[in-house]
Amino acid sequence: MADIGEGGGGGHKKGPGVKKGKKVNPRVDLTPMVDLGFLLITFFIFTTTMSTPTAMSLYLPKDTEKPEEQNKAKESGALTLMLAKDRNVFYYEGILAEDGSNFKSTNFKELRNIILDKKSRTDAKDLVIVIKPNKDSKFKDVVDALDEMTINDIKRYALVDIAEPEQKLIEVSQGASQQ
Amino acid sequence: MTAFCDVAFLLLAFFILTTKFKPPEAISVTTPNSVSSKAAEDKNQVLFTISPEGKVFLSLSEEDKRMDVVDDLNKRLNLQLTDADIKRAAKAEFFASPLSTLKSYLSLEPDQRKGDALPGIPCVDSTNNEVNEWLASAVNVFFGAKMNLMVKGDQDVPYPTFKLVIDAFKKNDQMKFQVVTNQEAVPEGSPLSKKQREGAASSSAEQ
Repeated sequence: MADIGEGGGGGHKKGPGVKKGKKVNPRVDLTPMVDLGFLLITFFIFTTTMSTPTAMSLYLPKDTEKPEEQNKAKESGALTLMLAKDRNVFYYEGILAEDGSNFKSTNFKELRNIILDKKSRTDAKDLVIVIKPNKDSKFKDVVDALDEMTINDIKRYALVDIAEPEQKLIEVSQGASQQ
Repeated sequence: MTAFCDVAFLLLAFFILTTKFKPPEAISVTTPNSVSSKAAEDKNQVLFTISPEGKVFLSLSEEDKRMDVVDDLNKRLNLQLTDADIKRAAKAEFFASPLSTLKSYLSLEPDQRKGDALPGIPCVDSTNNEVNEWLASAVNVFFGAKMNLMVKGDQDVPYPTFKLVIDAFKKNDQMKFQVVTNQEAVPEGSPLSKKQREGAASSSAEQ
């Protein structure tokens, strides 16, 4: 395969004493070159990075101690999402009831419908979504929740620490669901 | 055969030209996905990487900035680093040690500064959070210039670690930062996809 032909292999017979005219095959065998080419292609395919990382901008509000400087959220327009262990999401609208009756459980698949439902029912300027990740939630959950705000075109949202009663309710309901 | 060869080399040329070698990374991190399509800036980067175990690493893209940051830390906190130590900081792709052992960390060879054995910047609770100090120095160094503050976290990083890093940002009045993510497609039928389609339609109508 890789040898260069000897110019027609003898050719027709000449008379005695006449030297054979050396004919060289003009076709050079390309197989090794192609092999090398593909080897390099495989190398570059494996080393190349196709996906460049993207960045999601995040703006934090300044923490203020003075209550008059804090942002006020209207009760009717507030939706609080709590992120918990194993990608569980809990939520309530407005203010958490004393007995926890408006405390509901969901997951990331249902979350979009809940947000869109809330969005359709409330005035755009009153709508505020509060995201409260608890200590068992993962970074991915937080990013997914923030991403959900971009996807659903929510203008006002906040990342807030979870409060003690909410944490307790999550523990109770997660403990109950595991049994 | 010739055609085959042509195609092979065309592909080869394409891959050689488009390839961009991965910069050495502090630690391999699987970032979460988001719909954000803005590419991450790679100049004037101040990047905090959080590994899956919750270790924090700081990388600065510019060599002179690395030196300035270490110099600033040295002056403010009296770490007793020599000029040679500070020079060595220029070659440090990332910083991953408590401030108390920074001197010995800087004397390591660059190829020893790899892997999971590194301690990371301590970020345990609100009283022991050295991310604060590093960021304060970075803010001093970048004073007046644009600083691209970024967080790159593994998707399994527990939220409390991420929160401590953010708390350090807040303490230094850095209210604007970016989270490094992988791009994913915008879900069909969502308000964002509608908005994008409208935006595309109106911009094409203007032309």
